[in-house]
Amino acid sequence: MMRFLLLFSRQGKLRLQKWFTPIPEREKKKIIRDMTTMVLARQPRSCNFLHWKDLKIIYKRYASLYFCLAIENQENELLALEVIHRYVELLDKYFGNVCELDIIFNFEKAYFILDEFLLGGEIQETSKQVVNRCIESSDMLQETMEEYMSKPAF
Amino acid sequence: MPTVSKGDGMRGLAVFISDIRNCKSKEAEIKRINKELANIRSKFKGDKALDGYSKKKYVCKLLFIFLLGHDIDFGHMEAVNLLSSNKYTEKQIGYLFISVLVNSNSDLIRLINNGIKNDLASRNPTFMNLALHCIANVGSREMAEAFAFEIPSILVAGDTMDSVKQSAALCLLRLNRTSPDLVPMGEWTARVVHLLNDQHLGVVTAATSLITTLAQKSPDDFKTSISLAVARLSRIVTSASIDLQDYTYYFVAAPWLSVKLLRLLQCYPPPEDAALRSRLTECLETILNKAQEPPKSKKVQHSNAKNAVLFEAISLIIHHDSEPTLLVRACNQLGQFLQHRETNLRYLALESMCTLASSEFSHEAVKTHIDTVINALKTERDVSVRQRAVDLLYAMCDRSNAKQIVAEMLSYLETADYSIREEIVLKVAILAEKYAVDYTWYVDTILNLIRVAGDYVSEEVWYRVIQIVINRDDVQGYAAKTVFEALQAPACHENLVKVGGYILGEFGNLIAGDSRSSPLVQFNLLHSKFHLCSVPTRALLLSAYIKFINLFPEVKATIQDVLRSDSQLRNADVELQQRAVEYLKLSCIASTDILATVLEEMPPFPERESSILAKLKKKKGPGKLPDIDDNRRNVNGSSEHSENTDTTSKSSPSLLEDLLPTDRPRPSSCSPAILAARTMASAHPFTDILNLNSTPSTGPNLLVDVFSDSSTSASVDVSEDNFSRFVCKNNGVIYENQLLQIGLKSEYRQNLGRIYVFYGNKTSTQFLSFSSFVTTSDILKSQLNVHAKTVDPVIEGGAQVQQILNIECVSDFIDAPVLNIQFRYGGTLQNIAVKLPVMLNKFFQPTEMTSQDFFQRWKQLGAPQQEVQKIFKAQHPMDTDVTKAKILGFGVALLDGVDPNPANFVGAGVIHTKSTQVGCLLRLEPNAQAQMYRLTLRTSRESVSQRLCELLGEQF
Repeated sequence: MMRFLLLFSRQGKLRLQKWFTPIPEREKKKIIRDMTTMVLARQPRSCNFLHWKDLKIIYKRYASLYFCLAIENQENELLALEVIHRYVELLDKYFGNVCELDIIFNFEKAYFILDEFLLGGEIQETSKQVVNRCIESSDMLQETMEEYMSKPAF
Repeated sequence: MPTVSKGDGMRGLAVFISDIRNCKSKEAEIKRINKELANIRSKFKGDKALDGYSKKKYVCKLLFIFLLGHDIDFGHMEAVNLLSSNKYTEKQIGYLFISVLVNSNSDLIRLINNGIKNDLASRNPTFMNLALHCIANVGSREMAEAFAFEIPSILVAGDTMDSVKQSAALCLLRLNRTSPDLVPMGEWTARVVHLLNDQHLGVVTAATSLITTLAQKSPDDFKTSISLAVARLSRIVTSASIDLQDYTYYFVAAPWLSVKLLRLLQCYPPPEDAALRSRLTECLETILNKAQEPPKSKKVQHSNAKNAVLFEAISLIIHHDSEPTLLVRACNQLGQFLQHRETNLRYLALESMCTLASSEFSHEAVKTHIDTVINALKTERDVSVRQRAVDLLYAMCDRSNAKQIVAEMLSYLETADYSIREEIVLKVAILAEKYAVDYTWYVDTILNLIRVAGDYVSEEVWYRVIQIVINRDDVQGYAAKTVFEALQAPACHENLVKVGGYILGEFGNLIAGDSRSSPLVQFNLLHSKFHLCSVPTRALLLSAYIKFINLFPEVKATIQDVLRSDSQLRNADVELQQRAVEYLKLSCIASTDILATVLEEMPPFPERESSILAKLKKKKGPGKLPDIDDNRRNVNGSSEHSENTDTTSKSSPSLLEDLLPTDRPRPSSCSPAILAARTMASAHPFTDILNLNSTPSTGPNLLVDVFSDSSTSASVDVSEDNFSRFVCKNNGVIYENQLLQIGLKSEYRQNLGRIYVFYGNKTSTQFLSFSSFVTTSDILKSQLNVHAKTVDPVIEGGAQVQQILNIECVSDFIDAPVLNIQFRYGGTLQNIAVKLPVMLNKFFQPTEMTSQDFFQRWKQLGAPQQEVQKIFKAQHPMDTDVTKAKILGFGVALLDGVDPNPANFVGAGVIHTKSTQVGCLLRLEPNAQAQMYRLTLRTSRESVSQRLCELLGEQF
């Protein structure tokens, strides 16, 4: 399973953190510090994988943002890279040419999209269409909530 | 300001975020945040009831502040209130706040659970999903208690929407991971397996994750998933890329699902059903074939997704370890990747090859890539890739290539990154020792190691070289000469001085004949380093000096002068001062004889596992270290695998075999008829041995044997009443009658053991002609050596005498030796035979490991003949502490927190025999309701698994 996903900028500013197992706050801060220093110190064109404690760290840079995903030892590294990529695609589709600012100002949306995509450290839905449909329909919901509530669900 | 503000923009939030971003300093940021916190607090406390929108906005601001790294100690209640809002976005923010901020033991959990309950009951899929996401995100025990019963029914209900099924599956997975005891297995499990057939690939993907986790825990319950998974996989790999629509990722058909299915299959051995097996082999072949096809896209996503499936398929092939053609094809494919332009693929190829190297089918194929791997070590720009190359060289090393690999590692060490030097040093030291045919090469290698990377040579390494030199007299002269030469270098590492001081102190005499290395030259050389060294090294050198005085009387005066100097006798360091004073006195007072006795050459060290290996294991964790001690592959790289496959056919003993009386020791609880049959059958060979072997031993015995007619001794029954009580303990009374009490104290270390037997005369009369000796069955003779010291032939009334038995375990065994006692009491000859509690488990060394390592090992030992399982009724009250003590007494390490179910017991250890070591994992699952236990043992040897299971299965 996946253990956590962190998004941080080139300056090491954390933009999003998602923990799939319960970890004490202090420990989280330490991990964040470790990850940013480790990943930011990597030379360009290095491989995208690192061993850290008993986990594999998969990271990739998109423009100014680093995406850093920790997976358990037996998990598949290459596919983890594509988990990151699929998430970027989902953000891109939703925001339209996503940039770091979108994630800063709409952090809650970034979390909502992630929850549709990954759950409990496992992939929930790999189809871009399905996830986007989910997110967009929930955006629609606010306007039509009254009507929505008054009609039977199924 | 952001260009996009979709859905419901919260203007106040955007303004606040802008403000924070505009802060020039940390202080300004904190000031702005405090202002906002004060504002929100007053709003929450104010008299005016807040509308849903404002509440949502403020909760969202708090969340943002928290994510910036500040503590938040209020607002939880408002967030919980949002859950009951009927506005979707308000509910959503409420749930988000809870997911991120609420830790599992919050007081609010009950309120939260209430909100979740309402949403789950709403039958509105969007709300249900929010609730399920929240459970999966928080995953606390209270939530498991509240919902673990409900979620399975949501999951398998026919009318549940697909998206809800997906959330429910993963939610259940999460609860099963955190509180497995609360997630009941039941009728739903069978229906979950059938989700593998679902039309919706998203549902199948989520369900596969769930099934994989459940199958890892109880493989038997999910066996039916194998055929469904193979069928599904087969449909995916043969589909055209457009068939799966949006589940095709960059022209690769459902890569996530494929990988999940391949992982699920890794929970099981190869399918037994031939048709299924060949269908799976076809799938794997198709995946391997696709790797050779030209890419359908130049995008890296295409190649990543395609290769992700390929690597997972290779993992499955390695896991099955049964199809030589597939293994070799996998190896060739990885060989291509070793030279791929993508760094990621080179990295992964090196990593996967490490596991391939330990399979006997592919070990040779891996070895053909040695030059490429060595080249990688020299040319890779990325240190993590180079590290994988080192790992692979270590894994592929055997006798044929050890010299080359060790030489390459040594030369790489000169430029290696500091972060991995210590590990390489350990690896070189291990390989050099393991594959040394010629110990001069070993000595050269270790000295080179110290020269190149002295700082990274840990104590274990230099201790070990000294142990080996002391234990092998053929290399001592060479070692002395070599360290002497190495010490000539103007600057040499302190570790070299230590090794040099020790070896010259012990074996300097072997080179003293040469005038270029005469005693004085040796001494002066060592002493020239003295002042540059740290205290411990100086202490070691002082000891070397006193040994010199013993070895070479001609340098006595010189050394005494040195010891006598102020810098020694008045050294500020107590240890050095004491050594100087004592050594000086010793050399002045003691005669040459005494000196020679005190400073006698070191006795050989007992053979034991290399402490270096232990260190490396600790450093890397046993799971990550390709196990070169794996008994499947002996040092020559050949294997015993063929024997293993031969024994597969008789994996479970037949009933008939069980009923036949054999001379195997049996637990005492079997039926009287069988018991009688067995004792009769076993008594005869036993008396034969007794008559043949005992006669020549001692005088009185000879007489006794002549006098005693054979019928007396034939009627001796071997007592085994207390045998099973000694499985989990080492000391106690093994036998007692009106005359005699026999007590035991035993200690075991690795494959050696010692038993102190105490014979207590309970009467007031002497026992005469007392003798006791140990007999072993013919089979046991080759497996276990028992040597008994002789005992005094007379035991006074009320007295106790002691006898020592030394035991060596040569290979794994089933039988137990028998202790035979004869003595005369008041004119009658007494014959007693007691089965000695020497069982295989006595030769355990406990092994600590992490949960992950445990389950990885567990999986590796998944072949049917490696596992033995027993389900049995509890014989004693089920007390956790007693059970723990018994498992510890059995000899394994009790691993806490490994088994997801805290009620289960999990242990690990290594059986040490002279010929091999066998790693053992065990798991004991109590079922308090049924008063039953399930005991599972997995080891690399069938006979060991079987025997250990028999032994431990009688204990609870």
